[in-house]
Amino acid sequence: MDAIILQILNGLDKGSAYALIALGLTLIFGTLGVVNFAHGALFMIGAFCAVTLSRLFNLSHEVEVPGQTDFLGNPLKKDVPYLHDIFGEATGSAIIDWSVPLAILFAIPIMIAVGVIMERGLIKYFYKRPHADQILVTFGLAIVLQEIIKYYYGANPIPTPAPDAFKGSFDFGAMIGFAENTIIYPYWRLVYFCFAAVIIGAVFAFLQFTTFGMVVRAGMADRETVGLLGINIDKRFTIMFGLAAAVAGLAGVMYVPINPPNYHMGMDFLVLSFVVVVVGGMGSLPGAVAAGFLLGVLESFASMREVIDLIPGINQVIIYLVAIIILLTRPRGLMGRKGVMED
Amino acid sequence: MSKTTLTRRGVLKTGAVAGAGLALPTYLSAAGHEGFTNAPTGSTVTLGFNVPQSGPYADEGADELRAYELAVEHLNGEGDGGMMNTFSSKALQGNGILGKKVEYVTGDTQTKSDAARASAKSMIEKDGAVMITGGSSSGVAVAVQALCQEAGVIFMAGLTHSNDTTGKDKKANGFRHFFNSYMSGAALAPILAANYGNDRKAYHLTADYNWGYTTEEAVKTSTEALGWETVAAVRTPLTQTDFSSYIAPVLQSGADVLVLNHYGGNMVNSLTNAVQFGLRDKLVNGKNFEIIVPLYSRLMARGAGENVKGIFGSTNWHWSLQDEGTKAFVKSFGTKYGFPPSQAAHTCYVQALLYADAVERAGSFNPCAVVEALEGFEFDGMGNGPTLYRAEDHQCFKDVLVVKGKENPTSEFDLLEIVEVTPAAQVTYDASIFGGELGTCNPGA
Repeated sequence: MDAIILQILNGLDKGSAYALIALGLTLIFGTLGVVNFAHGALFMIGAFCAVTLSRLFNLSHEVEVPGQTDFLGNPLKKDVPYLHDIFGEATGSAIIDWSVPLAILFAIPIMIAVGVIMERGLIKYFYKRPHADQILVTFGLAIVLQEIIKYYYGANPIPTPAPDAFKGSFDFGAMIGFAENTIIYPYWRLVYFCFAAVIIGAVFAFLQFTTFGMVVRAGMADRETVGLLGINIDKRFTIMFGLAAAVAGLAGVMYVPINPPNYHMGMDFLVLSFVVVVVGGMGSLPGAVAAGFLLGVLESFASMREVIDLIPGINQVIIYLVAIIILLTRPRGLMGRKGVMED
Repeated sequence: MSKTTLTRRGVLKTGAVAGAGLALPTYLSAAGHEGFTNAPTGSTVTLGFNVPQSGPYADEGADELRAYELAVEHLNGEGDGGMMNTFSSKALQGNGILGKKVEYVTGDTQTKSDAARASAKSMIEKDGAVMITGGSSSGVAVAVQALCQEAGVIFMAGLTHSNDTTGKDKKANGFRHFFNSYMSGAALAPILAANYGNDRKAYHLTADYNWGYTTEEAVKTSTEALGWETVAAVRTPLTQTDFSSYIAPVLQSGADVLVLNHYGGNMVNSLTNAVQFGLRDKLVNGKNFEIIVPLYSRLMARGAGENVKGIFGSTNWHWSLQDEGTKAFVKSFGTKYGFPPSQAAHTCYVQALLYADAVERAGSFNPCAVVEALEGFEFDGMGNGPTLYRAEDHQCFKDVLVVKGKENPTSEFDLLEIVEVTPAAQVTYDASIFGGELGTCNPGA
C-alpha cells in the first residue's frame, strides 16, 4: 500500500509537468488549429528564464582572498555579488536564494512576448497550410531555439536550486500512520504540484468566467460566426498563443530545481506531451490535464522494480502502450470532441 | 563447364604474388612499411579529432578539442611544450611528427555511433587522416574503433570507461589511455570499506546500456567481496530525465547505500533527485545513508552543483595533482584557455602525444609499426605516474584516483578533492577476463 501511495505521489508531480505543457499545446491547437512542435522549446525557454535571473542576481565583482592561490598560482579571487553590496550580505543572499520563485514574475512578460512574436512572426503564415507543414516548421523552430540556448548557455545542465526553505523532503508516510521512511516526498515537488494546480485552475477560470474567455471559447467552437459578429478573433487567438507560451514557460521556471535545465529538456518532454494531448483528446483542455496526470502516475508505477521484474522493459513503453489501448477503444481520446482533426 | 588455361608467364606472376604474400608477416616490422592507408606524402600529416561537438556531451567535446589543439601546438614546436617537457620519452622534438607539420581535421560524433562512424570515415577517406582520436562515449569508441580497424588507421580512444572497449570489443588498431569500470570498482572498494564499513546493503540504479552494465558489475563484484549485500539493481532508460520513481522505493528496500551507475545528464539528474528526496539525511539500519557515483567527471559534477558534496567516486585524472606532468599541462592549458582542463581533455592530450611519440620511435606512420611501438610501452611524466600500455589488450595501466565532492569549493572548477591515489598494481587484472580477440593490425591500403 505504501509503495502504491508513493508512486501516485511521484506520478502527480511528473503529471503536473505533462499537464501544463499539454494544456498549452491544446490551447494553441484548439484556438489556432496549429500543431505546435515548438511548444517543448517554450518550456525550455521558461526554464532558462529562471537560469538567466539567477545569473543576473549573481552578477559579481572579484575580490582577492588573502593567502590563497588559484590553479595557476595567482592570487585567488572570490566573486562577490553586487546584490551583497546593494542590500547587504543577508538580504542579497536571500534574494539570490529565492531566484527561482522570483523568476515567475520575470518569465511571464518574456514568455508572452516570445509567444506573440512566434505567432505573428512565423506561425500565422502556416494557418492555412496542412498539419504536416506546421509540424515541420515548428519542429525546425524548436531546433533553432534550442541551438540558440546551447550557444549561450552551453550543453551541460545548469544547477539552479530551490530556496533553502524548500530543500529536502518530508515523511508523508509517518504523517498518515505508515512506518518511518516508507513514503518520503520532497518539498519542492509538492510546491510544483500545487503550483500546477493553481495555474491549471487559473486558465480554466479565465476561459470560463471572463468575457475574453467566453469569446475565445466561442471562437474555438465556430471561428467564422464569431468573426461575422465583428469580433477580431485573430487578435484574441494571438493573445491565447502568448498565454499558452506563458503557461509552458512557467512550468519550465518551476521545474529547474527538480532537474537542472539543459538545452534539450524541451525535446525530452515534447513527444510525451503530444501523446498526452492525443490520449486526452485533441482540443480538449480537461482531457489534456486528466491524461497528463494519468500518464504521469502510470509511468511511475511502471518504473517500480516489481513491475519491471514482471514485465521487463515496461518502464520504457508504458505511455505508448496506454496510448494505443486508449486510441483503440476511444479513437478520439479520453475527452475528444467529434470533428477535431477529422475530415 | 569452365576451361582453365595455364601459361608459364601466368604461373610465374601468381607465384611471385603468393611468395610476396607469404613473406609479408616477417616483413612487418617498424620502419619497413610502405603501403598503408593515408601514408603522408607531403610536408604535413593530418590527424582526425572526432569529438562530440553537438548533443549532450558537447561541452566535454569542446574541452577535448581544446586539448587536441594544444597538443598540435606543442607537437609543432609552438607554446611552452606542456607535457612534452615532462614525458619520459624524448623522441618528440617539437618539429611535428617525423619532421612533418601536424595538421588536423575535426568531426562531430554527436555521441551517436552512426554519426561518429560517418564523421571518422569522412576524415579518413576525404581528409586523409592517418589517425582518429577522441569521443566521450563507450558506444561511440567501440563503433569508431571497429571502423578504424577495417580502414587501417590507428584509433586512440578518448573518454570511454566501459570494460568492453579494451575487453570483448578490443581491436589491434585501437588503444585506450582512459581507465575502465573494473578499475573504478577495484579502486573504490577499499575506500568504501574504510569509510562505510563492511556491512552495507547497496541498491544500484544503472543506465540501461553497455557502460552501465559493466560499471554495475564491477562495483557489485568489488563491494560484495567486501561483504556488502546487493539488495537490488534496477536498470533505468538512458532517455530518463526524472528519476524520482526509481529513487523513491530505495528507502523501502532496506538499502543504506545507493550506487548511481549513471554518467552525464543521467548522473546529474539522478543525483539531484536522490538528494532532493533527502536520502543523505536518513539513518537506515543504524547507519547514515550514503550515495556513490562510480565515475566522476568534473564537467558533470558542475551540473549537479552542491549535491556532489561528500560523495565518493573515481576519476582518471584531476588537475589538482601535484606531479610535474600535471603541473605542466595545467599551466599550459590554463594559460591558453583561462580554466583548468577536465579529465577528458587530459586523456585526449596524452593520447595525441603518445601517438606522435610512437610514430617517432617507430620511424613510420604505418599503423602496424605504431602498434608495435605502443604495445608494452612504459612511460611516465604524463600525469598518472608510471604507466604501461599493455600489449595484450591495448589498455593503459596506471594509478586511479578516488575522489570526493568537495565540501567547500573555492571555485566552479574546484569541485572534487582527491581522497586516494590507488596504485596501478591494485587495479590491474588478467587481460583474458573480459574475452575478445585483439586480432592483427591492419595497415589498410
